[in-house]
Amino acid sequence: MATYTLMRSSLGLLHGLKCSFKSVGQIPYAGALTRSKVLQNARCYSVSHLSVQERIEQKRKAALTGGGQLRIAAQHKRGKLTARERLELLLDPDSFVEYDMFVEHRCSDFGMEADHNKYPGDSVVTGQGRINGRLVYVFSQDFTVFGGSLSGAHAQKICKIMDQAMMVGAPVIGLNDSGGARIQEGVESLAGYADIFLRNVMASGVVPQISLIMGPCAGGAVYSPALTDFTFMVKDTSYLFITGPDVVKSVTNEDVTQEELGGAKTHTTVSGVAHRAFENDIDALLNLRNFFNFLPLSNKDPAPVTECHDPRDRLVPGLDTIVPFESTKAYDMLDIVHGIVDEREFFEIMPNYAKNIVVGFARMNGRTVGIVGNQPKVASGCLDINSSVKGARFVRFCDAFNIPIITFVDVPGFLPGTAQEYGGIIRHGAKLLYAFAEATVPKITVITRKAYGGAYDVMSSKHLRGDVNYAWPSAEVAVMGAKGAVQIIFRGKENQAKAEAEYVEKFANPFPAAVRGFVDDIIQPSTTRKRICRDLEVLASKKQTNPWKKHANIPL
Amino acid sequence: MAAYRSAAGFQRVLHAVKTFDKILIANRGEIACRVIKTCKKMGIKTVAVHSDVDSSAVHVKMADEAVCVGPAPTNKSYLNMDAIMNAIKQTGAQAVHPGYGFLSENKQFAKRLAAEGVSFIGPDTHAIQAMGDKIESKLIAKAAKVNTIPGFDGVVKDAEEAVKIAGEIGYPVMIKASAGGGGKGMRIAWNDEETREGFRFSSQEAASSFGDDRLLIEKFIDNPRHIEIQVLADKHGNALWLNERECSIQRRNQKVVEEAPSTFLDPDTRRAMGEQAVSLAKAVKYSSAGTVEFLVDSKKNFYFLEMNTRLQVEHPITECITGLDLVQQMIRIAMGYKLQHKQSDIPINGWAIESRVYAEDPYKSFGLPSIGRLSQYQEPLDLRNVRVDSGIEEGSDISIYYDPMISKLVTYGKTREEALKKMEEALDNYVIRGVTHNIPLLREIIVHPRFVSGDISTKFLPEVYPDGFKGHMLTAGERRELLATAAALYVAAQLRSQKFLGDLRVSVVPAESRQWELCVELDKGVHMLGVSRSGNNYTVEIDGEKVEVSGEWNLASALLPLTINGKHRTLQCLLRTAAGEITLQYLGTSFKLRVLSKLAASLSKHMPEKVPEDTSSILRSPMPGSVVAVSVKPGDNVAEGQEICVIEAMKMQNSMTAAKAAKVKSVHCKAGDTVGEGDLLVELE
Repeated sequence: MATYTLMRSSLGLLHGLKCSFKSVGQIPYAGALTRSKVLQNARCYSVSHLSVQERIEQKRKAALTGGGQLRIAAQHKRGKLTARERLELLLDPDSFVEYDMFVEHRCSDFGMEADHNKYPGDSVVTGQGRINGRLVYVFSQDFTVFGGSLSGAHAQKICKIMDQAMMVGAPVIGLNDSGGARIQEGVESLAGYADIFLRNVMASGVVPQISLIMGPCAGGAVYSPALTDFTFMVKDTSYLFITGPDVVKSVTNEDVTQEELGGAKTHTTVSGVAHRAFENDIDALLNLRNFFNFLPLSNKDPAPVTECHDPRDRLVPGLDTIVPFESTKAYDMLDIVHGIVDEREFFEIMPNYAKNIVVGFARMNGRTVGIVGNQPKVASGCLDINSSVKGARFVRFCDAFNIPIITFVDVPGFLPGTAQEYGGIIRHGAKLLYAFAEATVPKITVITRKAYGGAYDVMSSKHLRGDVNYAWPSAEVAVMGAKGAVQIIFRGKENQAKAEAEYVEKFANPFPAAVRGFVDDIIQPSTTRKRICRDLEVLASKKQTNPWKKHANIPL
Repeated sequence: MAAYRSAAGFQRVLHAVKTFDKILIANRGEIACRVIKTCKKMGIKTVAVHSDVDSSAVHVKMADEAVCVGPAPTNKSYLNMDAIMNAIKQTGAQAVHPGYGFLSENKQFAKRLAAEGVSFIGPDTHAIQAMGDKIESKLIAKAAKVNTIPGFDGVVKDAEEAVKIAGEIGYPVMIKASAGGGGKGMRIAWNDEETREGFRFSSQEAASSFGDDRLLIEKFIDNPRHIEIQVLADKHGNALWLNERECSIQRRNQKVVEEAPSTFLDPDTRRAMGEQAVSLAKAVKYSSAGTVEFLVDSKKNFYFLEMNTRLQVEHPITECITGLDLVQQMIRIAMGYKLQHKQSDIPINGWAIESRVYAEDPYKSFGLPSIGRLSQYQEPLDLRNVRVDSGIEEGSDISIYYDPMISKLVTYGKTREEALKKMEEALDNYVIRGVTHNIPLLREIIVHPRFVSGDISTKFLPEVYPDGFKGHMLTAGERRELLATAAALYVAAQLRSQKFLGDLRVSVVPAESRQWELCVELDKGVHMLGVSRSGNNYTVEIDGEKVEVSGEWNLASALLPLTINGKHRTLQCLLRTAAGEITLQYLGTSFKLRVLSKLAASLSKHMPEKVPEDTSSILRSPMPGSVVAVSVKPGDNVAEGQEICVIEAMKMQNSMTAAKAAKVKSVHCKAGDTVGEGDLLVELE
């Protein structure tokens, strides 16, 4: 942890350098002087005829213009904003406190040591600021400086704010727009990536980490977003891939465009790498502000509670008729979610990937909750490999950050077939089971219709320490649907139809689960919001701990 | 509603009178609910019938008993006489109220009921038959000295005969189904070509709706008013006229806004029309409630159009001004009681307006059906003098199987002006989410100067909106109000998003601001606004003008009651996104705005333009429905305006035409397919 100590010792100095880019005039001069003396000793400047004060001004001005007006214009022409413009939009006005504006790269090969190749601050802007008044650490890669490539200094700047974010307990947001490694620096750049990866891993579960991909992000660089909790992308202007189309062509002879290989659509619908995509930079940053409000600052903080105008005891009459009588008919789980949560506001995570499960954030009486729901509209809401993994990761995030989980169950089981078995549905399905079982946050479950077989157990059942488990009158908790069950129980016997009717009568209702206490109550659907709000109040003081372990071993 | 309550007064008197113990209502939706309400007041048990998709519908819940009569399609359920007869036997209902539509004017049904000894709450079979046939009804009307439309006659065999008849009558002519009521299956032709087309459509619609493809062609009276007289007759030869209803505001010959009385009739014309209506009723020995429809020209000449032998959709406005409960009267009459009232007892008390609220997109030919689930639904019932007849509730589905009517919104006042003001308020306070609805159109009609002055005809809509309905056109002042509201709402939401409750480990440092500089976009116009706030009051400066907006700013409520520059206004916020998009329903029309900070607005010029899809070469279904016919195949050359396929929805056949001359690239539908709104039908090259 050499870097770490070094960084701490220089922290005092750095504080003196904080500055909002809107108010350049208000520099704390004393601090700046001390720092510039250090710089002066370290290196001989050709501009030494200028006073220190003038040099500070000059450097600062240079830092604020990044790669220069031409490159800024080019960035704009691509439909992208500059690193600083992005931060200005993301953060509350005048709240940005910048770190390391005077850091420069240390490469002396390939002519990089020349003055015109030095950019104060190098290719990333870092610091802390506020989003709706709440603290956040940020870095924003500057594509106008060496294509946003990652130098040792660039990595060091990111590491510094990540270390401090963990100490303070505040989220880290990274705005990625980088061509990749600074090739001139060679292994130093690779070391920089690894330094960041390590911090991503150390911070995981300590503070929320969000990546917003706003330009290219290729090669090893992709693993930093991949390690963070949420990856968002900007449509048409951002790409994530291990190797670009040219390398793909030479290795596998596939013809593929950047967009097809690693664009927002690919990653939000096919690969599941990204969690949401937004129309453009402005749209993405404004949505990110909104998303940030759902998150606690760290694992030491409870889920945030905001002012709420939606009555906690509001009845939702539409829910009484939402589940169709025919158990084969689909309905939209999102209708239930929208009806129940505060103000119909639901920030869905991965809305276009594994759509047979719905996950996302909402609020109940102002408090952030995580919502997990089977989606009967898509593949009957069954659990398959992708939906299990999607659900599991979301549940684990909520559990790590004290966000209560509300689960809506209408699941006919796991998806059968060779594709699923060969793909390892056993291993992947176990992830969701594991995630629900280990979670110690308040867990409320509502069975709206089917809860069949192993999937019933998985979906935050009572047996996995569900705190409050409700069934709607339309609930059917059983090993399987009536037809399949009767075919097994009465194999080869006649009168299957009668047996089926008997099975339906016996099991296709909430009673078998209710008499055993596997559901705590059978509730009128229209009262669901009211019940959940009340339960969350009670469960707010829930304390539950898992046995001591170095770390658990989730089936990856 | 004073007038309606007085109707309840009549009921109290009548409660002791014995009628039926149990009535089956052979209908669905609002009219079934409407009938059940009166039955309840009269102490009569009710039986609802329903299709399987309607099993949790409001009318089913309201009734004492309910019987499923078949699957969703109407010919298998609500028109399924066998199943309904079984339901009657099964429940022991003594009488059937048919509502309107479905079996209400079906003489077979009335006959079968009579054979089983079950009372039909409506006229006798012979009256249904006589008036149900457009040709026979006119002959009877003529004989009863009722004014009839000049130059008409003939049942039509084929398109060429239709053209010949049309030529004899002289254009324009109207072509419609002999068996049908209302505007369904009715087309107007101005030349031979249109006659052929009209013949084809009308005969198909007639066949699908009535199982009877006979047609009628008659002289079309240009620019008429549609005014109808409500009659009430008993089985003892007594008949009354209950004044008129003005139903001229129509689109595609279906009524949209109705009122009673009409601004156009003087007492003499009213009496003349009423007396002719009564004499027609007497001529066919009519009993029960019925409606005699007239076309009235600008010189107050009136011509008999047809008689509807059932309760009309728009009957509530007559109830409002006369204080009678028509359903109750029908039940009494069916039981054989004499009329309680004399003609001199029938008043015109005040004014009533009815708006038909439909799940329709009014921007597409004044209303193409839309479907969906009513995710939020709130009727403006907390207002006085408002009556809402509906058969749906929050969570109900508007499906492709049935009429897309959401409700009938009726307002009442001592004067027309009062009733109209109330209608504005009621429409503004009506919350409908999840389906596209026609409130924008209704709200525009009732404030249009021509409507307000009473200068209307059945051509009102095409004349007032020759290029189609485009929503409310904002005046400069209204535009400022709207912009100011969006800006104030944006700031209120921003401020709230900084309010975190509870003990916080890291303190929240909200951005301190009392002044906001915002940029609001509306219809490609961009406005810079300055907003300042004190408490719940916002002062918004737009182009040097100040707008004061204040309100509770409850961001969870569907309604946004505000005071804007001292005036009370109710707006609705339909959408508010993190990216600053705000959709407000203002004066009935929804407006899409975008509010951005000055900074975000200045940076938005760098954002890439997204290229929208070229729609001229793609034909998408404008509404949900089923494909009746596809007239092209890949490789065909089509001319601009040529029919490509026909979509049927809610019994209306809609011809889809090519937007340009091109070659057909691919066809994505075939006859019999069910398509959703926006589904790709055909691609052109």
